[in-house]
Amino acid sequence: MARNGVVSMHWRSEKIDGFDLSPPDDEQVHVLAVDDSLVDRKVIERLLKISCCKVTAVDSGIRALQFLGLDEEKSSSVGFDDLKVDLIITDYCMPGMTGYELLKKIKESSTFREIPVVIMSSENVMARIDRCLEEGAEDFIVKPVKLSDVKRLRDYMTAREFRVKNQQIGNNNNIKNNNKRRLSARRNIWNGIVFVDDLLGMFA
Amino acid sequence: MERNQLHRLVALSRQPLFDQGFLDEQFLQLEELQDDANPNFVEEVVTLYYRDSARLILNIEQALERNPLDFNKLDILMHQFKGSSSSIGAKKVKAECTFFRENCRAGNGEGCIRTFQQLKKEYATLRKKLEAYFQLTRQVGPAETACRPK
Repeated sequence: MARNGVVSMHWRSEKIDGFDLSPPDDEQVHVLAVDDSLVDRKVIERLLKISCCKVTAVDSGIRALQFLGLDEEKSSSVGFDDLKVDLIITDYCMPGMTGYELLKKIKESSTFREIPVVIMSSENVMARIDRCLEEGAEDFIVKPVKLSDVKRLRDYMTAREFRVKNQQIGNNNNIKNNNKRRLSARRNIWNGIVFVDDLLGMFA
Repeated sequence: MERNQLHRLVALSRQPLFDQGFLDEQFLQLEELQDDANPNFVEEVVTLYYRDSARLILNIEQALERNPLDFNKLDILMHQFKGSSSSIGAKKVKAECTFFRENCRAGNGEGCIRTFQQLKKEYATLRKKLEAYFQLTRQVGPAETACRPK
């Protein structure tokens, strides 16, 4: 399909809102936020809470793995069923384990690989973004994180739930998801401009 | 002072903070996160920033006393400092951080020291201005303060 038009990202959010996909109160989206910066943790926590998410904020990749029970040495005593982490959002540059390394560990785990992982970074480097997407990151947010970034993630989570519950999981979904991942990340860089055919492709 | 006079005073105090480039859009983003249940969120974040970054400033100062300078370490420390500054919308401070990192990458020790002095000035100036601003907003109340500058 030829790329022959541009549409504002705003359209997409409105379209999803029109489906009325808000989950019931007892199924709040639980986000595990990972950032070594105290200030950034406070901000991301507030951003997520104001977007009606339950938040667990940790200061390192190691702690994130411990919380999930993936760390070999010290595991969380809470069973996986109780944790129900729906999304992991992590900073890229962290001492010790980077966000990229954390992403790899999560995607290597049979238990947790299905959890979407979003990377945050103050540096808008294409090679870094591509590397994260290749490794299976769902999205890449350029810091500082805004309310509109979190709202978009929230909308994505709701739409994802809707899709998973109501669609047949076929091969074409993987292709669409890959396109959507690249599309999401590039949207950040291109300030909300997307191509019409990609948009239509997402809802086909 | 009358309520609407206070309200006007707040608006007049905010304007220069943005016009003169001390704060950017991110500060407004933080204000949008305030509500009746969290009326002092921005002040809390700013307070946390100054407390947390004091440690970074000290580390950078110590690193600048080394001979020879470890530019890689300085760059890493400044990256952290820049990140926090960016998260609260500290525009001028953030700009100085960028200059500092450029000096690190160029291996320019004198440039680093010079930039750091300037950075500390901006950092201190912003702190004073924000302290005064928060003192004012506490008198007025949260609902009155969150308004976008013209």
